[in-house]
Amino acid sequence: MPFFEPSHDPGSNFPELLRRMGLSADPSVAGMVDVPHATTCVALRYADGVVMAGDRRATSGNLISHRSMEKVVQADRYSGVAIAGAAGPAMEMIRLFQLQLEHYEKVEGATLSLEGKANQLSMMVRSNLPAAMQGMVVVPLFAGWDERREVGRLFAYDVTGGRYEEREYIATGSGSLHAGTVIKVGFRTGMSRDDAIDLAVRSLWEAADADSATGGPDALRGIYPIVATVTADGWTPVDDGDLAPRFATIAAEVRTR
Amino acid sequence: MSMPFYVAPEQVMKDRADYARKGIARGRALVAIRYAEGIAIVAENPSETLRKVSEIYDRIAFAGVGKYNEFDQLRVAGIRAADLKGFQYSRDDVDARSLANQYAQILGNIFTHEMKPMEVEILVAEVGMESDRDQMFHILYDGTVVDQRDVAVLGGDADAIGERLRDGYEPGLGLAAAVKLGVSALAGPDRELPTTELEVAALARGLGRRCFHRVNDLGVAEILS
Repeated sequence: MPFFEPSHDPGSNFPELLRRMGLSADPSVAGMVDVPHATTCVALRYADGVVMAGDRRATSGNLISHRSMEKVVQADRYSGVAIAGAAGPAMEMIRLFQLQLEHYEKVEGATLSLEGKANQLSMMVRSNLPAAMQGMVVVPLFAGWDERREVGRLFAYDVTGGRYEEREYIATGSGSLHAGTVIKVGFRTGMSRDDAIDLAVRSLWEAADADSATGGPDALRGIYPIVATVTADGWTPVDDGDLAPRFATIAAEVRTR
Repeated sequence: MSMPFYVAPEQVMKDRADYARKGIARGRALVAIRYAEGIAIVAENPSETLRKVSEIYDRIAFAGVGKYNEFDQLRVAGIRAADLKGFQYSRDDVDARSLANQYAQILGNIFTHEMKPMEVEILVAEVGMESDRDQMFHILYDGTVVDQRDVAVLGGDADAIGERLRDGYEPGLGLAAAVKLGVSALAGPDRELPTTELEVAALARGLGRRCFHRVNDLGVAEILS
């Protein structure tokens, strides 16, 4: 059981605890390597909070390496994180981030503020910089419900750990240009939940249509993008039964163009 | 040259045990009761912020009596051990028995090697997937581990409280009934405990991944009314 002298105590910082125990992975990777990459994720604000959405495809060069990856995941009760970039390090980062939030909550007996969570993620992205220089870029997107201010908030990141709060929407990954444009055109302040989900779904559709690394809805295999909302009631995933008709509507619309 | 006095090892151990027991007996007690959907823990604790009962992992709770700073140190060490193990291996590999053994090692070591034993008694409780897999480990100041089945009592006046608890206990209680039983056992026949003096928490099956939850003063008042 880990016991520390008061001056060496890592407090509620889990990554630091891992380092003290000699369990932290060395971020330096020799040479460029071709690893699976995850793509397009979006998040936007609406009246009651935020919507997050991400496609399910992971690619290795021009091959589809995974069809049902979950890039949008719950971080804790009131926040979610979505990732684009090298799948392996990104999934590891999410795992560590989720654990850090829970670890802090248990040790301190209180949850971190949303801003605190965003900064924590920023530090994790920055510590991945040496690997990012060698091609293992991880660019997350963080969104959640700020319990103190009672608003939904969005945070975008760059590879150096730079943290940028956005007021309306964020798109990240290879299809972000298309997805971002769709949201930009359709965005209105204070949208309803239904409209916000529709817009997020539409943006992923257009990204998948124009970007080969972004997966569209796979009705054949029953794989739909991950969509979730974060509000004062916490993280709520939108189930496939709700998403399928929305995609069907878009498909019908495209057919009559 | 002065000769150090010879003190028999039996005497040293006895003195240390007496010292620890006295410290623990000064504090207020807590009880844990197995009920139909999990394990309820009721503690007599006038503080709203310094907790005696807390979450260690998905299905594991920690409770301590005695000196706050000492059992809190053990609580944090337990959370670290559990989170590290879950991170290194799998969440399913974290179990109460292994944590209880690690606690026993630490407490035993401190009891024999340090100047002063820890003045604490702790409980590590794990709620199983089914009722018959629930586990409670009661660990004493000297590292003795006791495996408890239905009820556990920690702290001062444990014998009397335990007797009241076992008299009122029956298998398959609901949460409200279990909390009521715990409160009446802690209070005894001549005392009434206000809700502000109580800390109540439960490990409940079927609450999702993290089974631990607290019952706030309002909830306790509702149960007791």
